[in-house]
Amino acid sequence: MFELLGIPPQVLLGQLLLGLINGSFYAVLSLGLAVIFGLLNIINFAHGALYMMGAFVAWMLLNYFGIGYWWALILAPVIVGGFGIVLERTILSRLYKLDHLYGLLLTFGLALIIQGLFRNYYGISGLPYQIPAELAGGYNLGFMYLPNYRAWVVIASAAVCFGAWFLIEKTRLGAYLRAATENPTLVGAFGINVPLMVMLTYGAGVALAGFAGVLAAPIYSVNPNMGADLIIVVFAVVVIGGMGSILGAILTGYVLGLVEGLARVFFPEGSAVVIFVIMAIVLLVKPEGLFGRAN
Amino acid sequence: MIRTLAVATTLGALTATTALAQGIDVKLGVLNDRSGVYADLSGEGSVVAARMAVEDFDAAAKGLNVTIISADHQNKPDIGSNIARQWYDADGVNAILDVPTSSVALAVADITAEKNGVLINSGAGSTALTREQCKPTTIHWTYDTAALANGTGASMTNAGGKKWFFLTADYAFGHSLEENTAAVVKASGGEVVGTVNVPFPAQDFSSFLLQAQGSGADVIGLANAGGDTVNAIKQASEFGITQAGQKLAALLFFVTDVHALGAQTAQGLSLTEAFYWDQNDQTRAWSERFMAIHGKQPTMVQAGVYSGTMAYLAAVQAVGSAKDGAAVAAKMKEADIEDPLFGTVKVRGDGRATHNMYLFQVKSPDKSTGEWDLYEQIATISGEDAFLPMLPECDFTKK
Amino acid sequence: MVPETAGMTRLHLAIFAVLLAFLIILPFFVYPVFAMKVMCFALFAAAFNLLLGFGGLLSFGHAAYFGGASYVAAHAAKVWGLTPELAVLCGTAAAAFLGLVIGSLAIRRQGIYFAMVTLAFAQMVYFLALQLPFTGGEDGLQSVPRGDLFGVFSLQDSIPLYFFVLTITFSGILFLYRIVHSPFGQVLKAIRENEPRAISLGYDVNRYKLMVFVLSATFAGLAGAVKSQVFQLASLTDVHWAMSGEVVLMTLLGGMGTIFGPLAGAAIVVTMQNYLATFGAWVTVIQGVIFVLGVLLFRKGLIGVLAQWLKRPL
Repeated sequence: MFELLGIPPQVLLGQLLLGLINGSFYAVLSLGLAVIFGLLNIINFAHGALYMMGAFVAWMLLNYFGIGYWWALILAPVIVGGFGIVLERTILSRLYKLDHLYGLLLTFGLALIIQGLFRNYYGISGLPYQIPAELAGGYNLGFMYLPNYRAWVVIASAAVCFGAWFLIEKTRLGAYLRAATENPTLVGAFGINVPLMVMLTYGAGVALAGFAGVLAAPIYSVNPNMGADLIIVVFAVVVIGGMGSILGAILTGYVLGLVEGLARVFFPEGSAVVIFVIMAIVLLVKPEGLFGRAN
Repeated sequence: MIRTLAVATTLGALTATTALAQGIDVKLGVLNDRSGVYADLSGEGSVVAARMAVEDFDAAAKGLNVTIISADHQNKPDIGSNIARQWYDADGVNAILDVPTSSVALAVADITAEKNGVLINSGAGSTALTREQCKPTTIHWTYDTAALANGTGASMTNAGGKKWFFLTADYAFGHSLEENTAAVVKASGGEVVGTVNVPFPAQDFSSFLLQAQGSGADVIGLANAGGDTVNAIKQASEFGITQAGQKLAALLFFVTDVHALGAQTAQGLSLTEAFYWDQNDQTRAWSERFMAIHGKQPTMVQAGVYSGTMAYLAAVQAVGSAKDGAAVAAKMKEADIEDPLFGTVKVRGDGRATHNMYLFQVKSPDKSTGEWDLYEQIATISGEDAFLPMLPECDFTKK
Repeated sequence: MVPETAGMTRLHLAIFAVLLAFLIILPFFVYPVFAMKVMCFALFAAAFNLLLGFGGLLSFGHAAYFGGASYVAAHAAKVWGLTPELAVLCGTAAAAFLGLVIGSLAIRRQGIYFAMVTLAFAQMVYFLALQLPFTGGEDGLQSVPRGDLFGVFSLQDSIPLYFFVLTITFSGILFLYRIVHSPFGQVLKAIRENEPRAISLGYDVNRYKLMVFVLSATFAGLAGAVKSQVFQLASLTDVHWAMSGEVVLMTLLGGMGTIFGPLAGAAIVVTMQNYLATFGAWVTVIQGVIFVLGVLLFRKGLIGVLAQWLKRPL
């Protein structure tokens, strides 16, 4: 068997697969962020906190109401999305006419509050959440052992991403949505309730974060800080993909997961900074992002 | 000779009575992480432990007016050192307790020496506190990275885990934990087959674990802490690494972490601690009271705050004043201390408190009788074996 | 907008004089190290405000200059054994150089993209601070000696050190004030208000942007270098992205584009961190609430609101 830079191909294949799994989380999260930015022009810094909330809601459903993983996968995003709608109506809607900067600062403040409250009530060590029995175990692929749950993560995220993309790009509702992004006043004049649409979009974007949180709960520690560092990376993904580009956010999510996976083999220390190097290069060479439209 | 002794005793008695009449003011500051990654293993629980120590010492009856204040250093050395300075300069604090996070602890140790207070560190792991940056006013009570390495590294290598692979959190603490352990592993006849430096903090360890799996090591040493270790263990079980026979060694892990992980996932894990609530009647009785106040079982860090405070108050009483930190610290080093939680504790000249360390294994869920019934004691490591020998230049009793 | 007049300048100078008098007696009432921390952050926020408030450029990576300079200054004082003023100078020079390199790349972009480029570079600086051998990883550079000013005056005590810090930070803030009110500052404002128009008037916009970027980075670095001498340490906190966020918070809370806003903002945020420390886990929640209220109710910042009320630019 040939080797690439001293790394046997089986190992490389394994690492790429793992990268794809991580990319699945990036894709779902950056998709939500991009949807919100596209329509609301708000950089949702609270996205990481809402992702964390998704995982916590799943935990609460199990421990307080005995509701298991599969129902949580549907209920937790709905609950987090509902919470997002309340935020949008009461607070965010006051900022639409202002500079991006204010939205960013406000959501940053919200993230601090949400994380702080969870920390006060649930501590920092994290809470256990088991992998659902149906998905326990795994397959030996020859080059690596693939846990069933990880395979499920890839499938679930791909399905959700495809669904969102299809909805936005290929349906009438999506057409309204895209039109409202371009010119809300005009769309409003056609008799479409733009504020309602904005509200639901924010709710949907946030629900995606909640969904990613439930997906993450069984494999990562459910703790109040789980989204705090992730948010900066997901930001970078959205910027590289092109702000507001749905397809860009999804594809870049997966691709950066793969790139990070490779970096973990060849240069593990630097794997956390690779994304920012790419972001700087992309912004300097093609500022509208890989999939963005130039102004 | 006899006369001078008598005079000395009278004098001593006199100062003691005046002190008793006026009371000795002692102000303790618990400086730790109350909102970040170490909040559960130190945090408010350490304040509870310090209060219990004041109560159990019966300070008021012994003429000590003890007040306790606390603050959150947010794991940032500048915030921690700012608070420490202010406590010594403006608030009249005599001793600072706990201080997890090595970077903050080292900064506070400096300031403590400068202001002649006492630092009784329980939460931080850096051996530099009593070695490269040793100070006459530093007492390092509970553990350090070398003791953990000696406990876990030596016993696992002796038990047949000859080949080690390290997942190291890529920061100074992780590297020092790895180095200490690697040295012990080699000294015990083992070898290190590989190391991967993992950016800190990380959520996903799967690709690093896969590299460890491919290395053919017997033991995967986790040179990281807190949430990182929890995630690594969780994912090792998910990827079938532990089931396939490779053993995990958590080099810094606390009972609260094991609790967070659950016995189901953590079972079989080896780790070293200085204290566990269910060791004997005394630890059980104390932990029960702690649990009644705080709602969780104490960690070794919190137990260390309790014991350190007891020893400190005894020294203050013996010296007759808390003003001169160096004198109080020197007094603490004079004789062995019988502690209800740590057994016999000897505070060495360099400020390192030595006591037994214990190797534990996490019980399987069917053997565990309760939420907190998590450990089985495997071995006892004596203080001399566990901690590094004293550096001669750090022996402040000789100066 | 009220046009600038000699009367305004007199008002500002009067406020500066009162402020200086206040700062001179302050260490005898307030804990000096705390006061020094406030002054360092006031200079940092003022430097940041030069870029955001007057240059119209939002950088999300100013921690790189603040923290970078603090590392270099700490290293210079500790390892090279330089006197405090030279150590501070080294740190500042390093920040200026860093500002030149990053600035010349970043100013090619605008708005949110500019912010993201600066963030990306700041993350790389953070990575270097974590990895380079001389920085001491997450322990940072500890026990930096306080040294003797010019090799003569000992800064061991808090009071002499306080006046050293006061002199540097206050001069820095006055210098920044001077820049804003110079012809250079006027051009900056013109660019901020209407960039195409400034170009059509024949100004080399990019050169002005780069200059203001480098100036801002330099003074942010000066603040960081001084801070490392006060606290005798340089740590990752100073280069972390949260620090970049904090300086935005200070500037916004006080009022961006005002003279005194960043100073007030820095004072409030630092005081809050200091006195809220005893609230333990509630600190972040309280900070978050202030953020939200600030954006919803005081977008012009405290000083901005005050200036509007007094109908005078402050």
